[in-house]
Amino acid sequence: MRVRVRLFAMLRHYLPDVPLGGYAEKDLPEGGTVSDLLATLGVPETEARVVFVNGRARPPDWRLQPGDEVGIFPPIGGG
Amino acid sequence: MELASTLYQSPYYEVAICATRCPLNLAETASLAEYMRETLEAHDLPRHFQARVRGPVLSHHRFKVAVAGCGVAAEYGYANAGIVYNDLKDRPTRYSGRGGLGSVMASRGLKFVVVDPLGAPGAAIADRSRFEQGRKKLEEALLEHAITKPKGGLNTYGTAILINILNEAGGLPTRNFSSGRFEGAARTAGEAIFEGNKQRLGRELYNHACSPGCIIQCSNTWHRPDGSEHVSCVEYESTWALGANCAIDSLDDIAELIRLCNAYGLDTIETGGTLGVAMEAGVIPFGDGAAAIRLVQEMGQGTPLGRLLGSGTESVGRAYGVTRVPTVKGQSMPAYEPRAVKGIGITYATSTMGADHTAGYTIAPEILGVSGKLDPLSPEGKAALSRAFQATTAFIDSTGHCLFIAFAILDIASGFEGMVEECNGVLGTNWTNDDVVRIGAEILKKERAFNEAAGIGKEKDRVPEFMKYEPLPPHDQVFDVPDVALDSVYAEL
Ligand code: SF4
Repeated sequence: MRVRVRLFAMLRHYLPDVPLGGYAEKDLPEGGTVSDLLATLGVPETEARVVFVNGRARPPDWRLQPGDEVGIFPPIGGG
Repeated sequence: MELASTLYQSPYYEVAICATRCPLNLAETASLAEYMRETLEAHDLPRHFQARVRGPVLSHHRFKVAVAGCGVAAEYGYANAGIVYNDLKDRPTRYSGRGGLGSVMASRGLKFVVVDPLGAPGAAIADRSRFEQGRKKLEEALLEHAITKPKGGLNTYGTAILINILNEAGGLPTRNFSSGRFEGAARTAGEAIFEGNKQRLGRELYNHACSPGCIIQCSNTWHRPDGSEHVSCVEYESTWALGANCAIDSLDDIAELIRLCNAYGLDTIETGGTLGVAMEAGVIPFGDGAAAIRLVQEMGQGTPLGRLLGSGTESVGRAYGVTRVPTVKGQSMPAYEPRAVKGIGITYATSTMGADHTAGYTIAPEILGVSGKLDPLSPEGKAALSRAFQATTAFIDSTGHCLFIAFAILDIASGFEGMVEECNGVLGTNWTNDDVVRIGAEILKKERAFNEAAGIGKEKDRVPEFMKYEPLPPHDQVFDVPDVALDSVYAEL
């Protein structure tokens, strides 16, 4: 299955060719989880503080569906 | 003017100005120093300084000036006039932004606050080694945490690092709070600022400190295509208020809007909120950066339309008959959608200051995964969460620390301890972490009592009605926190 993924802030260098705001498409086996996607991208789980799937924060064992949009963030803060 | 008699002592020599008929649109050091010299002379102050200051007063000021509230916005009595201070490089960019404080200052005719360090004893510290121990722990936490460390999140991308995560969460108020997602968000975010500066300057640019001694250093600059500095500081709140909230996605337009706000002494949040409502009313179209710049210029020129806009978000909504007016207690909401992040909506509703995010920043656990992870769409337990954050924040604010230490000390227990030990060192107290919430709650009760005496009771602790029945895309949520939960924030304090 194919999902669309974006990396933000300090994680952007794991997908260096994706322009700002753009998605990368990634293929995963059916039933693949957030953890599997992180492994595919080479992003250590410790660096991914919050993972959104279709706009909702989801845990590492969350099973992805074809066409899901995933946004991955390191620890960030501001105000 | 009772200036000489109100001098008091402090470790810094600073001058704050809020001048009636201030001739400076944009404060700039040489003309500012000249203006100050003239004003000081008019009040026969050089004689006073000669007794205390070595060297000419003018050059003394050139290096030690901080400016506050020198804006025409305050002279016109605008509800969105802030008090603006110079940063370490004399940029007039740091604000006591909210609540129309600049107009309060100007209406009192307050021109200068002069702080003279000579002969000052500095702050009394009861137990210096305890203070140093606390300071060291806090410093270690700040240097270690991914958000606050050098070249960490804030130092690299500034507070605007938040644009993308709020957009992803569907909580970035867009087109006057009619959606939680903005298609142009990424172009206005901290990442875009960093990359844009890198392209235009040919090197990486990390952020700077806005005040002496800051370790985090989150304050940024934005540069024009030719590399010259356009403005400081493009904060999250500013790039959102003048960006997504107005559907403007050009950082150059946003930078110009911020520059004008700084020049006139306008709060960027209230100004962006006002423009959003004006766009909703059809005064100018959403997304039209050039027209937004013209409107802010009208505010600076004091045209009839400019003065109407200067009266702030709520008044402009009323004048144009707009019902989607995102305010609480007359103050425009900041950059988090209450319908998509329930806890922050509770803080907006109940804060004594009107809609304010810093008063109880539940965004940390609801969106950022700092200090736990909670579902932002759920109202469950959020009144207690907001209460705890408001009390802790009242304490941290009272220590004089920048609130951004919270990201590190909420995650790193020794950092939090360090802050409390610093206080014990200075005051000779024996507070523990538990005292933080207790003391914070006492502060909040005083603020509350003030509001109640001023006729602002719990019936004002409400979000605007449209948020209760108008579902917000993309999660199609309304603000479903019951009034009794809102009332419990202070009832159970
Ligand atoms: S962390 Fe606080 S004190 Fe430091 S630059 Fe940022 S806003 Fe200023």
